[in-house]
Amino acid sequence: MGLLERFRESRFSKMIFKIFGKNHAKIGIYGPPNVGKTTLANRILRDWTGDIMGSVSEVPHETRRAKWKNNIRIDNGGSSLTMDLVDTPGIATKIDFKEFMNMYGMTKDDSRVRAKEATEGVIEAIRWLDDIDGVVLVMDATQDPFTQVNVTIIGNLEARNLPILIAANKIDAENASPATLKSAFPQHPVIPISALTGYNTENLYSMMIKEFGKKRHKQRR
Amino acid sequence: MVKKDSGITFNLISHQKLEHYSSAEKLKYILNEVKEGRILVLEHGLTPTEQAQLIEHTMKEINHDTFIGIEIGGYENEKIGFFQRVFGVAKKPRMTVIGPAHLLRMVHKDNDMIETTIIPGKGAN
Repeated sequence: MGLLERFRESRFSKMIFKIFGKNHAKIGIYGPPNVGKTTLANRILRDWTGDIMGSVSEVPHETRRAKWKNNIRIDNGGSSLTMDLVDTPGIATKIDFKEFMNMYGMTKDDSRVRAKEATEGVIEAIRWLDDIDGVVLVMDATQDPFTQVNVTIIGNLEARNLPILIAANKIDAENASPATLKSAFPQHPVIPISALTGYNTENLYSMMIKEFGKKRHKQRR
Repeated sequence: MVKKDSGITFNLISHQKLEHYSSAEKLKYILNEVKEGRILVLEHGLTPTEQAQLIEHTMKEINHDTFIGIEIGGYENEKIGFFQRVFGVAKKPRMTVIGPAHLLRMVHKDNDMIETTIIPGKGAN
């Protein structure tokens, strides 16, 4: 075990984090399908490690198993945060295999397999909520934000007293309206970004360091 | 998922009916009713934890030929004041509509109104 690892595990280090907050957190990227979660995870990893998290697709439920990368250090010049980043499958209340066939031209067999895996992915994403310290909730700034999935995720995180950052994604699209998201969820920070182009991601990183580094008392269910 | 011959049933459920159920009993009741093709309007909805559990249970129940999931819409939990928080008063879940996704579609939802529609061709004859 290296010196740094030994320090992290030491009682002295734990005491410091207890007093001043944390600088290592497990952060989940959450949201409904097709809002750009994996695109954002890829952007974060590419900016700070040169790696990528997973493949992206216009077909919903491309990410059907949670993926994660450990020890990603982000900084904004003055302070930093080391995090384990978890890219979760999109949460939905319904999954119809016929949509994959009719809208995306997939075969019946492939559509059924994708739908089955997607249901398992939703369950996995919900279970990860028990094991994270903070969430970047990705919303599509071109869509209506008042979906039950968004409300359910936010309600669960508030009940656990976990910090939430709302990434209003797809701001590069013509009909994007981050102001609608801000007025829908005034109790949480909303950061307009384009995960695709990288627009305003520096601001997101600064907010992640600020919000996820805070000392909080996590409530367990 | 066949066209219903008998029309669509809306059940308006009072909070008294569900308040003696445990969370597990409540979710089982709701999911059974919705799988039967009924649309429920709950006077008092579900807590965020129950909502997440309902989604989880729904995913387990999806059968791609007979049940594709649920449509759900509810108002945000009632805000509570400082003193209520000090005395440990919990946020109350508010009115919520839940139905089978092949029958019910959420059209629009905001802080004051939930607009739904019955999917054409799936409802009453």
